[in-house]
Amino acid sequence: MTVVEVLFLLLGLVAVGSALLVVTTRTMVHAALWLVVTLGAVAGIFLLLAAEFLAWVQILIYVGAVVVLLLFALMLTKAPTGPQPDLDARRALPAVAVAGLVLAVLGTTVVAGFHGVELDLDGAVVGSAQTTGATIFQQWVLPFEVLSVLLLAALVGAIVLSRGTARRGGE
Amino acid sequence: MPLWWPLLLSSLLFAIGVYGVLVRRNAVLVLMGVELMLNAVNLNLVAFDAYFRDVLHGGQTFALFVIVIAAAEIGLGLAIVLLVFRTHGQIDVDTMRELADREEPAVAER
Repeated sequence: MTVVEVLFLLLGLVAVGSALLVVTTRTMVHAALWLVVTLGAVAGIFLLLAAEFLAWVQILIYVGAVVVLLLFALMLTKAPTGPQPDLDARRALPAVAVAGLVLAVLGTTVVAGFHGVELDLDGAVVGSAQTTGATIFQQWVLPFEVLSVLLLAALVGAIVLSRGTARRGGE
Repeated sequence: MPLWWPLLLSSLLFAIGVYGVLVRRNAVLVLMGVELMLNAVNLNLVAFDAYFRDVLHGGQTFALFVIVIAAAEIGLGLAIVLLVFRTHGQIDVDTMRELADREEPAVAER
């Protein structure tokens, strides 16, 4: 086994373990913090798979912005900091069944479909900021612009949602 | 490394996200499950980008776009969650049933 494979297995174990803790922990704040570990491990896997710029974007956007937003939402909704017994639905068995079915279908598909296919990472073009920026602004400009409009729409939507309650609360 | 390693890891993360979305009652924790699923998709895109040696880096670029969409989604989602919290006082997704299409007798009972 090469160093990359060992690192991948370790990071994958960390990602799956912390993801399991995200969906099973009884303390809401801990779920957000375990999400940081999961996203960080996935960012490490991005680094292994020659997606350098994407790994740092993952750290910046997900760990830096999304998890902070989630923690703020937990704070603003007065989430209790201690362990909660009723965080999960009363009947968890259907959820386990559906998730297991999803895993079975996806897992058998990818393993059966790509068994024996090697992922050769030697000499792969590393997706650095330079190469990613060049491809985005040369080949993918139109989707990029559409996404900026989408972000603007999301911004306006979030402002409208918050303003609506402020006016109603003031009446 | 075999290609199915990252793909299987991505399937695992996706299934865990599905479980989280289905089983959690707090709306913020449901959104965390959605984030896990989006990350699994990104992992798939990056793995295939590395496999195909795409000169346009289509996989990585789309993963970047998915991250942007996830950021927009989480911003709007949390705005809606906070709105629900202000109007209802709690964000338990099991109790939010106002949008259900009720039969006429059920309305009369209220």
